[in-house]
Amino acid sequence: MRSDQRNSLFTGPMIRQALIESVKKLNPLIMMKNPVMFVVEVGTFLTLLMILFPKFFGVEGTVGYIVIVFLTLLLTILFANFAEALAEGRGKAQADTLKKTKADTIAKRLTSSGKIEEVSSVDLRKGDIVLVETGDTIPGDGEIIEGLASIDESAITGESAPVIKEAGGDFNSVTGGTKVVSDWIKVRITVDPGESFLDKMISLVEGASRQKTPNEIALNTLLITLTLIFVLVCVTLLPITKYVGVKLEIATLIALLVCLIPTTIGGLLSAIGIAGMDRVTRFNVLAMSGKAVEAAGDINTMILDKTGTITFGNRMAAQFIPVGDHTEDEACQAAMLSSIQDETPEGRSIIELAKEQGCTLDEQKYKKAEIIPFAAETRMSGMDFEGVSYRKGAIDSVMQFVKEKGGVIPTNLKEKGEQIASLGGTPLAICIQNEIIGLIYLKDTVKPGMKERFAELRKMGIKTIMCTGDNPLTAKTIANEAGVDDFVAECKPEDKIRVIREEQIQGKLVAMTGDGTNDAPALAQADVGLAMNSGTMAAKEAANMVDLDSDPTKIIEVVSIGKQLLMTRGALTTFSVANDIAKYFAILPAMFSVAIPEMQTLNFMHLSSPTSAILSALIFNAVIIPLLIPLAMKGIAYKPMPAVKLLQRNLLIYGVGGVIAPFIGIKLIDIVLQVFGL
Amino acid sequence: MWNDLVQIGIVLLILFVLMVPMGKYLYIVFGDKESKLDRIFLPFEKVIYRISGIRQIEEMTWKKYAVTLLAINGILGVIAYFVLRFQGGLPLNPAKIENMEPSLIFNTITSFLTNTNLQHYSGESGLSVLSQMLVITMFMFTYAATGLAVCIAFIRGLSSKGRSIGNFYQDWLRAHTRVLIPLSLIVTLTLVALGVPQTLDANVTVQTLEGGKQTIAMGPVASLESIKHLGTNGGGFFGVNSSHPFENPNVFTNIIEILSMWIIPASLPFTYGRMVKNSKQGWVIFGVMLTIFLLLLSLVYSQEKAGNPAFNELGFSHNQGSMEGKEVRFGIPMSALFTSVTTAATTGTVNNMHDTLTPLGGLVPLSLMMLNSVFGGEGVGLMNMLMYAILAVFLSGLMVGRTPEFLGRKIEAKEMKLIVIALLAHPLIILMPSAIALGTTLGTEAISDSGFHGISQVLYEYTSSAANNGSGFEGLGDNTIFWNTTTGLVMLFGRYISMVVLLAVAGSLITKQPVPETLGTFRTDNATFGTILIGTVIIIGALTFFPVLVLGPVAEYLTIR
Repeated sequence: MRSDQRNSLFTGPMIRQALIESVKKLNPLIMMKNPVMFVVEVGTFLTLLMILFPKFFGVEGTVGYIVIVFLTLLLTILFANFAEALAEGRGKAQADTLKKTKADTIAKRLTSSGKIEEVSSVDLRKGDIVLVETGDTIPGDGEIIEGLASIDESAITGESAPVIKEAGGDFNSVTGGTKVVSDWIKVRITVDPGESFLDKMISLVEGASRQKTPNEIALNTLLITLTLIFVLVCVTLLPITKYVGVKLEIATLIALLVCLIPTTIGGLLSAIGIAGMDRVTRFNVLAMSGKAVEAAGDINTMILDKTGTITFGNRMAAQFIPVGDHTEDEACQAAMLSSIQDETPEGRSIIELAKEQGCTLDEQKYKKAEIIPFAAETRMSGMDFEGVSYRKGAIDSVMQFVKEKGGVIPTNLKEKGEQIASLGGTPLAICIQNEIIGLIYLKDTVKPGMKERFAELRKMGIKTIMCTGDNPLTAKTIANEAGVDDFVAECKPEDKIRVIREEQIQGKLVAMTGDGTNDAPALAQADVGLAMNSGTMAAKEAANMVDLDSDPTKIIEVVSIGKQLLMTRGALTTFSVANDIAKYFAILPAMFSVAIPEMQTLNFMHLSSPTSAILSALIFNAVIIPLLIPLAMKGIAYKPMPAVKLLQRNLLIYGVGGVIAPFIGIKLIDIVLQVFGL
Repeated sequence: MWNDLVQIGIVLLILFVLMVPMGKYLYIVFGDKESKLDRIFLPFEKVIYRISGIRQIEEMTWKKYAVTLLAINGILGVIAYFVLRFQGGLPLNPAKIENMEPSLIFNTITSFLTNTNLQHYSGESGLSVLSQMLVITMFMFTYAATGLAVCIAFIRGLSSKGRSIGNFYQDWLRAHTRVLIPLSLIVTLTLVALGVPQTLDANVTVQTLEGGKQTIAMGPVASLESIKHLGTNGGGFFGVNSSHPFENPNVFTNIIEILSMWIIPASLPFTYGRMVKNSKQGWVIFGVMLTIFLLLLSLVYSQEKAGNPAFNELGFSHNQGSMEGKEVRFGIPMSALFTSVTTAATTGTVNNMHDTLTPLGGLVPLSLMMLNSVFGGEGVGLMNMLMYAILAVFLSGLMVGRTPEFLGRKIEAKEMKLIVIALLAHPLIILMPSAIALGTTLGTEAISDSGFHGISQVLYEYTSSAANNGSGFEGLGDNTIFWNTTTGLVMLFGRYISMVVLLAVAGSLITKQPVPETLGTFRTDNATFGTILIGTVIIIGALTFFPVLVLGPVAEYLTIR
């Protein structure tokens, strides 16, 4: 669901659907949910009444003008509705793709007697056990209780490479709608129909379960109050103007009101929220609530697992160190020989490093060699060829092996091994027959670009803490190399909760990633918990976000998206409020100048006529909404930088810009209106 | 011109020298640590605690604090009611003054209860000596002290953690014993030295040059002057207030009076800075207040200096500027400064008649009262400015990509719901009654000048009431049931709504765990925030009143130009 839609911000059918929706949303009952726009609707309705019954209102002479006001007001509402509908539409399109996955499947339910009965997936209940074989679609969310299979999860993650899932451990959870590509598994269903992951996902992206976030509620409170204040201003203006003999057109007063109340942000607020959630979803992260996305922007501390997040997790060969009187070349050659056809990441990295160092190997020659794969008992791997044993493995094991064959242990082996350990690496000894040739320095490699990302996080004011099971020495080395701010060595799952609590007591908001069942309490404790889709059901349920790609580094981007969402909301609010200054200067002189000609002095935009001035302001107020829709949807540009700079930049664009832009816009519209002779 | 600027500059300079130490003094007075001040004041305070039956200084929640404050204010109000209602029969009534009419009592009590000192009564003929002493003078202390106490409690909400925002009795008592009484003693003595009368002797009757007899009213003027200004009260001894030569005989007393009403509001930002342990925060708030103040001061000064255009057309020379309603001994600069300070600090004392200010000159005191946060009344001004600061943070704080926080405390729906009440109340209680007054004969009958100036008069009356200022465009004949009742209500709402609401905000913020400051934090202690705050005050605070201001002073200015 990601690649095919990622770039299509607005497609034809989506726009058509949004247009229809924006008319449907005119229903006052729906409109009431957005009080700012509801006030506009009431104003629109009043002008409509004036058009229909001009005599009753005594406005026979100005019906033409009122019609234009009416149309502009109507457009304002439609534009706001359109923005919201468009944002919702994008979510719906995603939901539709997901729904196709949800089509009923036939499940092979195992009865207590062990027989297979075929039932529809909707009839499955919690606790049922089903058999899923090659080619079958998994009928519901559950845990594998027996077997191992490779599963195609592309329907959910968009990732086409199948993943291996097996009973026991942290990779036993399967999602309904995914497909078994090979082998078979027995699955215990863990949810009732309608509550599955896929169902949740659909309702999330559809926006059906969308609730206003705390900040949205607070902002809405303020917007409603501003609206009330301006209603008060406009209503009280009637008797006050009457006192000095100025007769106000009701339509003009409505125009003033609509211009002053924060329609721009009022109209775009929910679109910004929906679009923000949508950006997270498009990033293949499922946020369980908008609140979680908002909290992501507020994060002060990020707790990251070393393995898999900061480092690749598999140890890679970094150096060959000869022992005894052997040379580096010999060590390199021996290491290579011990790793022939070794398909483990370590093995491959050894061959790669050896080739880099210029060692060569005639693979044909060793084709007949007997490969000894790694075994837990021996803790060694290698090969036997023409009576000679080539081995690599943990130092102790290799020493044992050599001693058994009557070899001598080089005196500097221990010292060199400790050196590697102190650098945070893992030493592997290599031997040929009964002679230890050297050591392989295996190093956990920090993913490229991590250092820069942590520097960015630091600029945003976010502290990073690395959690690792390594000893303090190793942990410190990796922490330094990756550039994290702090680390916890020999970390157990309960340590994570402790660290999170410690940070939270100081008032900080904490984000973390995790996948195992034992991560679940910490994921729940964290303010933002990002679970990996590959992880257990418990982890996914405890977290408030799930990464469908199972890439823990994405937490960093999630924070950026959260910040961007908040910034977009703030920028458009500031812009909307700042607009009022220009609107006042356009409308007030126009309102009063008929009765008080001297008011023209205040018309320093030199708008051509009172009517044109009022209409220009009103039209500006309407068209600014669709003009800002792309911004609201995409979010404003965000580069990590300290808050002080960020604020100055945004303030200049949206604050100062918000003061100036309407002056220019209104003047331009006035010129256009003049051309049309209004 | 330069001479004028030097005069204003000197006053500002003295203020700048005094305000930081004064801020520190207030910090010590209301701090929870023991201080050297205890040695001087505590024995005396202990006696008062014992008399009032206060055994221990308990920590109050915001609700307790607010209820105590309202109860004390209410009880004093009831006592005052009976004194005024039956003053005719009560002792200390040598002039045989009659009982007061109920609507006027309501107005008078609320007026002093709310630190407004809007005087619809006439002091000389309407109040007995007992009423003057018990109702007027006492209220001048008690309600200034209330404002100060609430402000300190509010800052505690922003700066500490826990549940309690302090003890009202302690704050209130200390505001008396350690701030208002000592300061008013100093100011009184200085004023006496500079020629302000302070006597309990009877009025003096003298023979004039023409052979007639004139009664010259005298009394304990200096003592009233000191608390009138220090407490930002504003109710004068004489009807014409500080333009009377006994209240304000010369330039030096004028400067002292300006400074005494300005010093506490101007030093509170520094007290705030100390309380939140970041003196820069205080400087930013002060800087914002001063910037808006200087902008408006220069408007009123330049307008008065330019004179009345109607006079120009008649061919009068007006090199001196518009001197109508002003005292020659103060001139334009000292009148303009006095006008700005008295409305900024919402004192309401006047040394010139605001009704005869030029149209745009009159716009300045109006605007300062509408903002009600540029220095502002005792404590209340700072609270309002901090409310705008919270609003500014809320509106633009999101632009740094975090949910808004002020001094490390998250501003959430609960705080916003409270703040918007205060935000809505202020324009509501000004615009609504103004519209009623201008739309009905009840109100319009009182207006002395019809047309745009009439709008200004009405607007001024309600703004002055809402901001608890108390000065008036005196052209308004306002001692009627309609005006007494409406302005009384406006004063009450203007005072207590924002007080209670902001205490509630403090009560909510104090329970929050402060978020530590990082590079990603929206900073509120730099010039950028100062700019945002000015913008917020202007857009939210001022734009609300823009249409009426355009119809009142601005229209008047444009039509007589």
